[in-house]
Amino acid sequence: MDTDIILLGHGSGGKLSHQLLEELIIPTLSGVPMAGRNDAAVLEHNGSRFAFTTDSYVVDPVFFPGGNIGGLAVNGTVNDLAMVGATPLVISVGLIIEEGFSRRELAEILTSMREAADRAGVSIAAGDTKVVPRGKADRIFINTSGIGFFNHTLEINGSNARAGDKILINGTIGDHGIAVMAKREGLELDTDILSDCAALNNLIEELLEEGEAIHVLRDPTRGGVATTLKEIALQSDVSITLDEAAFPLKGAVRGVCALLGLDPLYVANEGKVLVLAAPEAAERLLERMKQHPLGRDAAIIGEVTAVGGGRVQIETVVGGMRGVEMLSGEQLPRIC
Amino acid sequence: MNYRDEFRDRDIVKGLAARIARLTADRSEPITLMEVCGTHTMSIYQYGIRRLLPPQVRLISGPGCPVCVTPVGYLDKVVAYARQPETIITTFGDMLRVPGSSSTLMLERARGADVRIVYSTLDALALAERNPGKRVIFLGVGFETTAPTIAASILTAASRGVTNYFVLAAHKTIPIPMQLLSADPELGIDGYLCPAHVSAIIGADAYRFLAEENGVPCVVTGFEPADVMQGVEMLVRQVVEKRSEVEIQYSRFVTREGNPKAQAMLLEVFTQADAAWRGIGVIPGSGLDIAEKFAAFDVERGFPVEVEVPSEPGGCLCGEVLKGKVAPSDCPLFGKACTPEEPVGACMVSSEGSCAAAHRYGQVE
Repeated sequence: MDTDIILLGHGSGGKLSHQLLEELIIPTLSGVPMAGRNDAAVLEHNGSRFAFTTDSYVVDPVFFPGGNIGGLAVNGTVNDLAMVGATPLVISVGLIIEEGFSRRELAEILTSMREAADRAGVSIAAGDTKVVPRGKADRIFINTSGIGFFNHTLEINGSNARAGDKILINGTIGDHGIAVMAKREGLELDTDILSDCAALNNLIEELLEEGEAIHVLRDPTRGGVATTLKEIALQSDVSITLDEAAFPLKGAVRGVCALLGLDPLYVANEGKVLVLAAPEAAERLLERMKQHPLGRDAAIIGEVTAVGGGRVQIETVVGGMRGVEMLSGEQLPRIC
Repeated sequence: MNYRDEFRDRDIVKGLAARIARLTADRSEPITLMEVCGTHTMSIYQYGIRRLLPPQVRLISGPGCPVCVTPVGYLDKVVAYARQPETIITTFGDMLRVPGSSSTLMLERARGADVRIVYSTLDALALAERNPGKRVIFLGVGFETTAPTIAASILTAASRGVTNYFVLAAHKTIPIPMQLLSADPELGIDGYLCPAHVSAIIGADAYRFLAEENGVPCVVTGFEPADVMQGVEMLVRQVVEKRSEVEIQYSRFVTREGNPKAQAMLLEVFTQADAAWRGIGVIPGSGLDIAEKFAAFDVERGFPVEVEVPSEPGGCLCGEVLKGKVAPSDCPLFGKACTPEEPVGACMVSSEGSCAAAHRYGQVE
């Protein structure tokens, strides 16, 4: 088979994406090993720490139930900074627009970006705009980069999970991926499934009041909860056991997943955070989450059972047990 | 009522597990049950069903994944059509990554072929109507559940006078291979979990010959975990009581007669034909070809293609896996040379394939 070709699966956030990163992108560009990879890079300069991240948004359709590419691009980068425990400060915006795109729709997207930035408390400090000929891009692509600072000395990253940690999530899984998918496929549903797209920095800041009890924060975007937890298990070299019955899941999302043959564990979220924290703090964190507007449906969904193994398994709703692996190939192309 | 929740109820499932354990308590010889539907295979792995059964009850997977039983030669034809100009290939998603002799649809798409994933044959037909200058080919792979939807698309195309919609047909029917496998002493099949959706079309009576002539108990079973457990319980009970009948566990959707409307459509659009099954070979009368009356929609009759002599991947035990003779993890390529990212055999590709299910859900301490 021809291995010289980049496939859509290489951008899925699953195993193929990891392979491309490990084999080509990281060795060529920097050489930082797997264990050092997080949602944002944490850097030091003149004794002070700051976080830096970048992300590109190519979601199709550009407008989806519960949001659009603009809000998504701002919230996504804000969240990547928040996931290393940083307070987002400024972001930049790069627009790549296809010739013929509507000025009115662009205005709507920019308004969403401005509103999302205001809500998250970040300023949009730099930007760039390019227009490419019709057919050379799909409507509009957006890149955002962001810088955040630290007002604490906590080490929060994917290598920091410890045996006994409880795993929390701040609400229902799969909403964003299914909202986009349903819109794209023109599915007519009785209930509207809205994207959960939201900035999490405010919620995270409240959770960080628990201090050193918080070990890992990660937003389960592409590849979903399953892929994200598998990454953490590998990065921290621990084994994780999940309780399927404890997962918050909307009935409509479960229904669409069943219809399309998808597993909600692998569907993208844009306003969810997985928190791995010391067991004694878990109940307090759950309470804090539930008090927050973005955490009303929060739940404890599993725990880190052992050091070593890099395994994730799940006790199924009926009491069986199965393994959980990373997303293979493409599940939902271009959901972010 | 939340219709699906009671079929995933932990207490109901536990109760069924206890009944199966009681039925087999005094028994040392194994009871081997085969499922012949990929959705059952997935459900069994996804809910960890095997762990809930006593060691005497063995569940093995048969040729129930339509993508998996499709021979390499079919994929080679698909690739050849995808390379033709002004052609749109429409398919259900699973076909994209199945390796042919030297390429896949996914590679062809990355090279510029127009390949679209659809969720319904009528979407493919609509695409043909929107693109009158192009040839739209739907990959007709599947069992008795998908065949009527393809029949419907052909009937609709005929009534609307659409002339650029085609099907590359490789439909299969399940009861005859079931008889073939039940006669194999090496497998020693004691009972069949019969497919749910297929049976909604063909009716439970389609398996009567298996129960009556071959003495194999059959239970038409639903896909939810409580369905599967109850289907297993009913089969185990038949085996213990030395009965062989066709019973319907999935009575909320399946009748003895099936769906006469869908059956009539199948009879109108297709004719029974011999079919090649990957790993098993040609089974007489186990396939559906497009009938002469609708030959205009058969892409192979209208535009035949030449393809290379199909080459099966070396070392791949897909064939043995499909017959239930080896478990996925017994294949030397499993998880090593053959992974979901770089599949060698179709069983690792399809979301309903045994190897993909075992790889994705199997790793448990």
